Parts: sequence; structure tokens; C-alpha cells
Amino acid sequence: MSGKNRANVPAGVLATVWLIIVAVPIYFVVITGFRTQDAYIEQGPLDLPTRPTLGNFTSLFELGFTTYLVNSLIVAFGTVAVVLGVALPAAYAIVRNPSRQLKIAFNVFLLGLAVPAQAVIVPIYLIITRLQLYDSLLAVILPTAAFSLPIAIVVLTSTLRDIPGELYEAMTVDGAASGRIFTRLVLPLSRPGLVSVGIFVGLGAWNGFLFPLVLTQSDEQRVLTLGLWKFQSQYGTNVPGLMAAVVLSALPVLALYLFGRRHLLSGLAAGFGK
Amino acid sequence: MIAAARRERPGFTWAAPAVLFFLALGILPVFAVVYLSFTKWNGLGDPQWIGLDNWKSITDDPDLVNGIVKTVTLTVVSWLLQTPLALLIGVWAAGPQRGRAALSTLFFLPLLLSTAAISLTFVSLLDPNFGLAADYGKYVGFADGNFLGSDHALYVVAFVVAWQFVPFHTLLYQSATRQIPRSLYEAAQIDGATGVRQFFAITLPQLRNTIIASSVLMLVGSLTYFEMILLMTNGGPGTATRVLPLHMYIKGFVGFDMGYASVLAVLLVAVGTALSVVVVRSTGYHRMASDREGA
Repeated sequence: MSGKNRANVPAGVLATVWLIIVAVPIYFVVITGFRTQDAYIEQGPLDLPTRPTLGNFTSLFELGFTTYLVNSLIVAFGTVAVVLGVALPAAYAIVRNPSRQLKIAFNVFLLGLAVPAQAVIVPIYLIITRLQLYDSLLAVILPTAAFSLPIAIVVLTSTLRDIPGELYEAMTVDGAASGRIFTRLVLPLSRPGLVSVGIFVGLGAWNGFLFPLVLTQSDEQRVLTLGLWKFQSQYGTNVPGLMAAVVLSALPVLALYLFGRRHLLSGLAAGFGK
Repeated sequence: MIAAARRERPGFTWAAPAVLFFLALGILPVFAVVYLSFTKWNGLGDPQWIGLDNWKSITDDPDLVNGIVKTVTLTVVSWLLQTPLALLIGVWAAGPQRGRAALSTLFFLPLLLSTAAISLTFVSLLDPNFGLAADYGKYVGFADGNFLGSDHALYVVAFVVAWQFVPFHTLLYQSATRQIPRSLYEAAQIDGATGVRQFFAITLPQLRNTIIASSVLMLVGSLTYFEMILLMTNGGPGTATRVLPLHMYIKGFVGFDMGYASVLAVLLVAVGTALSVVVVRSTGYHRMASDREGA
């Protein structure tokens, strides 16, 4: 395979250069979070902190970081629960029932993949205010879930198509109804798909910005991404404080990544890599 | 048996919650935004039907053409920057070299950061007074270190977009490359094809569907590069980075002119669709539909 290795050299160099480009800002974020403001201004941005401090992190909690953190967790888990709760039964029906109605339903979801959330933010705002949900976490969860549904349906239907038909038939012969087949067969066997979709959707909700920006207003209902923005304006040039907030906002996702790297990456690529 | 077979088919009811939910918040808004583009609405009270007035006023909006130009520029520059990078790194990362797993952990970290976090990080890094930009800007053509305040701010944004999304597209190319049958390379090896030749004769054609999928995602994504710009430049300096989605947000949610914002939203969908059509046409996606059927 010597021929192949030669072709890899330019790509390898490129990969290394890009790796440095990725690494420098991440290094900057992490070390700056542990610096004092004075040290940051005195030293170069990439110097190691001489007297590392945790003060930036502790002061974040005094500034209401916990509220943002809890709100983001509620939004992420709420969105995942809504999406999985409605998408799995729908995918089950679409895969197991070749009716016209369900084919149309599937095509509607496919069409939905192409609608950018931003293009419909004004009517979403109208609907949410009319439902009296403005400035609540539910106002963020519902549209985020709706816009995650198409990809969830696509991934879950392809997972369910991989379940051999004989398994369904065997249960049918035993006289099982759809509900029983769903709980005994579909639910356990679709776990990998559910994990991928859950991670993908949860990550999207965790990092979401537009819906929280437009659909919430008060500090009590705001999520981490907007909290970061607020810290920026509050802190002015306090870059270490801001970078500490960035580190803290990424920690839950980083933990998820370390525990389930494989699931996370396959979740991110779910439905697109084919 | 027939009765049993009928009984095991889950009916439409199983899909009804998902369908109704999606119709209400995914599909209805698409029609509603067209309706709202014919109304006057400040975000409170009820929208008032005013016919074509919003549509007529697009000719008086100097920022509109600018917004379209900036959006298209950002899309094209982002594609040109990200696609070769992601493709080459993805193919490389699919190879067998040692230490790849450890490296890719670092490599994929940007995917874990929110756009908000990334934007604020780069604002700090590119700060002309205290950031990295102050010390090193002069080596890349920004003598005063003021990257985001320069005429080239849009290209800086494109770079940060790439920083965030190249890992994602790399992931697509990496997993697609792994699925190329080894036998193709072995046959080429026997024929004496060089590595470069193998790349162009086997790898690239086999990745065509992934290239299209990745490009379409970039296109749809480019219409959503809004929060990054809002946080990094707020459209400035002047209107140098005021892309269409940001222009729409400012008109609607800062200026409370929801009717005109809806006009911009309809245009956004039109620009997006037009760009997608161009990509699909120029890559001959319709001709390739047949080779997907066998897969």
C-alpha cells in the first residue's frame, strides 16, 4: 500500500496544520479562564498563567450562571423527550404500514429538512405569543423539537427498517397487538438509533440561540448561550471571566463526549453520511 | 392469519402526534410567513393586511441588495474553504495511521462548543488590543490587528464558520471513505495506479454523494450563519457583514417591522432554494439518482 501512503502526505500535512488552527483557540480558552484580569493584560494571550486562579469560575456562580445552566438542561432534556416521544411511534407506523397517508406524512417530514428555522422565525414568534407561551422554557422547547423532528424521523425510520420482518411476523403469529410489538420489539431494538438521535437533538437544543433569543426575554428564562452573550456585555474587556464561562458552558457536552464518543460522533453524522 | 396481520399494522394514529406537531410549528409557519409579508405588524396586537406595500418597499432598502450579496459571498467563500479541507482531512483520517484516535478527539472539539461560545472566543482572540491579533495580525495582512473591524471582516467570519464546521464535514467524509470497498484500491494497485491517481479515479468519484450531501448542508447552513455574525460584528463595520438573515432579524425584532421582515424571510427561502438548485444542477445530482437506488 505504498502508493496510498504517498497520497496521504499532503493531506496529512493539511490535517496537522488544521489541527494547530483548532488547538490554539481551545488552548487560549482553557488557560485564559484560569487567569486574573491583570495577568491577562500584562502577559501575552498564549502565555501560561503564572498564578492560576479559580476566581473567574466562582464569580460566575454569583452572577446567576446556575439559572442559565439549569434552563439549558431543561431545554435540552425537554426537547429530546418531546422529539423521541412522538418520533419513534411515527417512525414505527411509517415503516410498518405502507398506507398512502403515512407515505404523505413521511414526505412532509422530508420536505421539512429544507426549511431553515430563521425563515419562519416571525410566524413562530406569532404562534408562541398567541399560545401565551412567550418568555417560558416551553416556548423554546416546542419549536426546537419541531425543527428536530424531520431528522429524527429520517434516522429512526432507517433504524427500524433494519429490524428483520420475521421478528414482527413471529410476534403477530403469537397474537401481539401493535402496542405490545412496540414495547417488546421496537423500543428495545431501536436503542442505538434513539441514542444517536437523542444526542444529536440534545446537542442542538443545548447550543440553540435563535429560538431562545426571540422567544424569551427575562433573565430567569434564559439559557446558557444567551447567558454567554450577556456576560460579554457585562464583562466588557474581562476576557478571563468570559472564557471561564465558555469553559463551563462546554463542560457538560465534553463529559458526554468523553463517555460516549462513538455515539456522539455517529449521532452527529446520523442520516447525513449515507 | 389475515386478521392477525391486519391487527399488527400500526395505524396513522401512531404518527398523528408527530405529524400534527410538525404541521403546526414546521409547515404552517412557512405559509404564515407569506401571509405576514402582506401585513403590517409591530409584534404586538394583530397583523393588518396592507397588500403589496412591504413588497414595494424593497426597492427603497439599500441594505437588501447588500444583504443578498454578502449572503451569497459568505456561502461561496465558506464552501470553497471548507469543502477541500474537509474532504482531504476526512480521507486522511479514514486511513490507518497511528495516533489518529487521540488526534481526532482534539480535532472534533469545536463540534462541542456552541456557536455563541465560538463567536465570543474569536472576538477575544481577535481583539486588536489584547488578543492574539494584536501580536500576530501583521503577519497575515492586518497591520493594526483589527480583523473584525476591517473591510475583510466577512472573510474572517467565513474562517470562523470553517473553524466550527470543518470537523463536522470531515466526519461525513471520513465515514463515507471507510465505506469504499478495499477491492477497488487493490485492483488499482495491481494496475500500478499511484496514490494521487487512486484518489482522483476511485476516492473522489465514490464520494460524490457525500460531496453533494455536505454541500447542500453547507448551503442550508449558510443561511443560518446569523448568530455568529450578530455576536462577532453585529453586521459591521458599516454593513460589511450584514447578511440577509441578520438584516431580517434587525428589521423584525429590533425595528419591530415584522411585515417587512417576513418579506425578507420569503426572499431568504428563495435565495436558499436558488442556491440549492444551482448546486444540484451543476453537480448533476439528478443523473446520479439512479446509482443511489442500488445502494
